Amino acid sequence: MTANNQEPIIILKDVCKSFGDFQALHNINLEVNKGERIVVCGPSGSGKSTMIRCINRLEEHDSGTIIVSGRKLTDTMKDIDAVRSEVGMVFQNFNLFPHLTVVKNLILALKLVRKMKKAQAHEIGMGFLKRVRIPEQADKYPSQLSGGQQQRVAIARALCMNPEVMLFDEPTSALDPEMISEVLDVMIDLANDGLTMICVTHEMGFARSVADSIVFMDHGEIVEMKPPKEFFENPESDRTKLFLSQILTH
Amino acid sequence: MNLEFDLILESIPRMLTGIGVTLQLLVLAAVLGLVLGVILLLMRISGRRYLSFPAFIYAYFFRGTPILVQIFVIYHGFPQFEFIRDSVFWVILREPFSCATLALTLNSAAYVSEILRGGYLGVERGLHEAGMALGLKKHHRFFYVTTPIAIRLAIPAYSNEFISMLKATSLASTITLLDMTGVARTIVAQTFAPYEIFISTAVIYLVITTIFQRGFGMFEKRMSRYIRQ
Repeated sequence: MTANNQEPIIILKDVCKSFGDFQALHNINLEVNKGERIVVCGPSGSGKSTMIRCINRLEEHDSGTIIVSGRKLTDTMKDIDAVRSEVGMVFQNFNLFPHLTVVKNLILALKLVRKMKKAQAHEIGMGFLKRVRIPEQADKYPSQLSGGQQQRVAIARALCMNPEVMLFDEPTSALDPEMISEVLDVMIDLANDGLTMICVTHEMGFARSVADSIVFMDHGEIVEMKPPKEFFENPESDRTKLFLSQILTH
Repeated sequence: MNLEFDLILESIPRMLTGIGVTLQLLVLAAVLGLVLGVILLLMRISGRRYLSFPAFIYAYFFRGTPILVQIFVIYHGFPQFEFIRDSVFWVILREPFSCATLALTLNSAAYVSEILRGGYLGVERGLHEAGMALGLKKHHRFFYVTTPIAIRLAIPAYSNEFISMLKATSLASTITLLDMTGVARTIVAQTFAPYEIFISTAVIYLVITTIFQRGFGMFEKRMSRYIRQ
């Protein structure tokens, strides 16, 4: 963990967001320090995904302040692409570019955004493919890979940009059960390396072993935020207790 | 009645003299129509109403009226106006070939823009988001992510459009052009054998269509190589 005198890498202050009449986020306050691992959980429709999608502005918040590594996200911000290139994101449905091979998926942004030469980008891409343990799949198309492999490619693609923060939006929810652990293994590996991570997931085993804090959301609000041990053993809110009883009994 | 095979065999080489005009019309209209169609598409998906609305109206009119009528308006209608005869456009509008090319181009552009738009709308939203999340700029996402996928999605519909246009070139024969159909009509006027001549014409069109269809099929296969069969 880094010293507390350092500015948090992500700050959300009184963030609100509505979709029409539906208020998806209600005065969200959250600070994430460098190297911290945050797991976000809560019932579906509680605003988990919306919250992390606001951090790289896939959703625009209506009011409040979001600061990502010292840069405030505003409407007039011209440099949103620059912020995005510092924040990696992994999606539930992988969202790999289907028309590009695995390695080309990895190096596209290195070439276009980082203006890297092909050879150098390729070397970096292959490095991260080794890191997620599928270098042999480099020249295949995403459709030729299993779901677990595709998600590992998606993680590698985000890592290639050397992001300061990684956002995971239910990375294992679309996977067959037998493939979940291969993706979680990679994520645990990253966590052990000190990567800053915000992870929306229902994998409570992962949350317990990896997270520094667990954020529980319900109805667009952060209900509580605690270290895993306290969160599981001593939840404060009734809503948290109900949620835990629902997901842990099976 | 008897089918005179000799007549068919004799007339086919003569009709092939019109193939040049037919293919010129087709290729010119396809290329120019594609260019104009892409411009219309960009207007349509620009998100700016002053661009998207004219493009919508354009497609509405050209898709809503027959090509033959469009050809007649351009060839017979426009020259009625003196200011058009005096303008630089007269160079185009006084020649039947350029009139037919113009009509086919304008018509094809309307369809092509709609076909490509269908392709664009078919690209999954998640892929845009993945591009955004990587920090790709709008034009990068457009050229490297959306367009290749949209093209693949649009090929089957575009190949239909291309073949419709091949057949529509025959309408040029109504404004004195000697394309294949024009030549066929001339031969019929000389031989009084419409049955044999038009059957042969149909066969030639069929052969050309088959060749193009095979071509598009191969192109589609190549563009779809990343999809698991």
